[in-house]
Amino acid sequence: MDLLTFARGMGLKAAIAIFCLGVTWRIVAFALLKIRRDFAAPRESILKYLSGGLITTMARSWPHREFIGRTGPGEALGYSYHLGLFAVVLLFTPHILLLGSLFGFTWPGLPSSIITIISVLTLTLFLAVLFRRVTNPVMRMLSNFDDYFSWFITMLVMVTGLAATAHVGGPYETLLAIHILAVDALLIWFPFGKLMHAFYIFPSRAINGALLGRKGATS
Amino acid sequence: MTESSMPTRTPEARVAGAMKGFAQEIGALSAFRMESCIHCGICAEACHYYIATEDPQYTPIWKVEPFKQAYKREASALAPLYRLFGFKREVTADQLAHWQHLLFDSCNMCGRCSLICPMGIDIAALIEQSRHAMFEAGLAPQELYDKAAHQQLTGQPEASAEPYRDQLIAIGLKFDVPIPLDETDVDIMLCVPRTDIEHYPTAVAALARVMQHLGSSCTFRSDGLIAENYGYYAGGKEWQRDISLRLIDQAIACHAKILLVPECGHAYTALRWEAADLYGAKLPFKVSSVTEFLGEELEAGRLTLKESTQGTTTFHDPCQLVRKGGVNEAPRALMKAMNVDLHELDNHGGFSFCCGGGGGVLDIKQAAPLRYRTVEVKLREIDATGAQTLLTSCSDCRRTFDDAQAHFSWDKRPQSLLELVANNLIESGATP
Repeated sequence: MDLLTFARGMGLKAAIAIFCLGVTWRIVAFALLKIRRDFAAPRESILKYLSGGLITTMARSWPHREFIGRTGPGEALGYSYHLGLFAVVLLFTPHILLLGSLFGFTWPGLPSSIITIISVLTLTLFLAVLFRRVTNPVMRMLSNFDDYFSWFITMLVMVTGLAATAHVGGPYETLLAIHILAVDALLIWFPFGKLMHAFYIFPSRAINGALLGRKGATS
Repeated sequence: MTESSMPTRTPEARVAGAMKGFAQEIGALSAFRMESCIHCGICAEACHYYIATEDPQYTPIWKVEPFKQAYKREASALAPLYRLFGFKREVTADQLAHWQHLLFDSCNMCGRCSLICPMGIDIAALIEQSRHAMFEAGLAPQELYDKAAHQQLTGQPEASAEPYRDQLIAIGLKFDVPIPLDETDVDIMLCVPRTDIEHYPTAVAALARVMQHLGSSCTFRSDGLIAENYGYYAGGKEWQRDISLRLIDQAIACHAKILLVPECGHAYTALRWEAADLYGAKLPFKVSSVTEFLGEELEAGRLTLKESTQGTTTFHDPCQLVRKGGVNEAPRALMKAMNVDLHELDNHGGFSFCCGGGGGVLDIKQAAPLRYRTVEVKLREIDATGAQTLLTSCSDCRRTFDDAQAHFSWDKRPQSLLELVANNLIESGATP
């Protein structure tokens, strides 16, 4: 079995299995903990506080006016590279074909040249994110192995993907195998680290918004 | 346990106590909040302690770091792996001792950080739970511990020359206003901040005057007089429950339909949002802040107010009442009814900066130098409005501003919204 066959065969299947089991366990583990009943009388109707949760889920992506002066640049950086990642993962034709084989449907992609430009921009933003993490005193203090390793493994996927697309650094099949192995590694790491925030972000916002909405409080 | 018997514990016992306390607190919601943090540090930008000092240790989520560490090591989905590979070390006694400063001296539990987190984590809720663990570790600040212990035992946070009941009666006599006391079968049970009894008796008189004006069937109760809850401040959950139960029992005894919380933000949080959980069931009465109660009376047409003669005014929104409590519109409706010339702060309503004294911080002596630095953030913002008068609806905020006024020789004294209402009542038959 050559490297490419392993990477997109057994390697990918094993990685997806670990990803699915790990993510499921990280979510199920919460359900094993107690959920406290809130006896305090709500100020608002259930519809109002559920809508509060929905609004917060969406609105928290944009800083409140009171905060934007202090957080705007950092948040713009953070959301920009996420958008870049989504574009590359979801709108690059080979990725669409792969995902289509899993989900049974496809969608239109962007031209490769556009994807390459987005990839380079995203890589640049990703380097800026790392620079910010090591130079900003607050972020440096908060950061741990998880933050740096999650950055590294995502970066690895992006760099190897760009190299494979540009045919730079070796034979295409080898570059592609390395890229897919990097994806396998990311999938395996995913449930063990902060990449899980992809599953947490919207429920977390919704819960906070709903609980504050229950009180009629600002969210 | 008496107020003087705060236990001296071995470091190991402290850590064990704290972890036990925190483990008891961990439910699905807390776990989810702790797992969701992406270490972006944005919460620092909402915190007046960080803004005033730019010291990273005042980053809100960092204030719960030992407890995140303990949760991940002991109770998270990956706990066995964390322990096996040593990714999360055991929390040490020295670490906890240092965190006393971060959890008590430098946090008002104001909740502003909970509005900025892009992951939507309610960091203030985690900090409150961490305070519970610190209490279990014997690391609550002495001032808060002593007051909580005294209040749990006697109903008063500290001994007074005269019992507060007698002081309350004296206030009624001095200001010539009836103080309904220990009546039964009333609609409303009143309580009072001890801060008002000691520092702002005019606010106590204003409460009684307004209730008299409205013709409300109400009473204070000798055995449930004090609104503040030092158990809440200190992180002593059992004591918080005992202190809340004292008021709940009295409200039930006098068959009150409403327990009216005076101008005290943290008392509102403790009674409105937390007391029922500690009671273990829905409360058989409504808990309402005096500000929202007056807002409702105004809306119903039972409260009519004349135009205030005071000059330009700005309003400080008490965090617990507005941001965390949802009482946002009532103060503004009352001010509008008195035609107050309101100059809003740049950060107002739910986004208001804390006064710096809440969460028991005003009582912690060693916190004072840092508190003054954070108060300056607020004072500058108030000055920038150009308003002549500062109005608020929380006696702890008022006391914090008064303290800052003395410290900085500031040119403003905070005033009470309740007192302004009491001074602008239109007696029946009179014209505005």
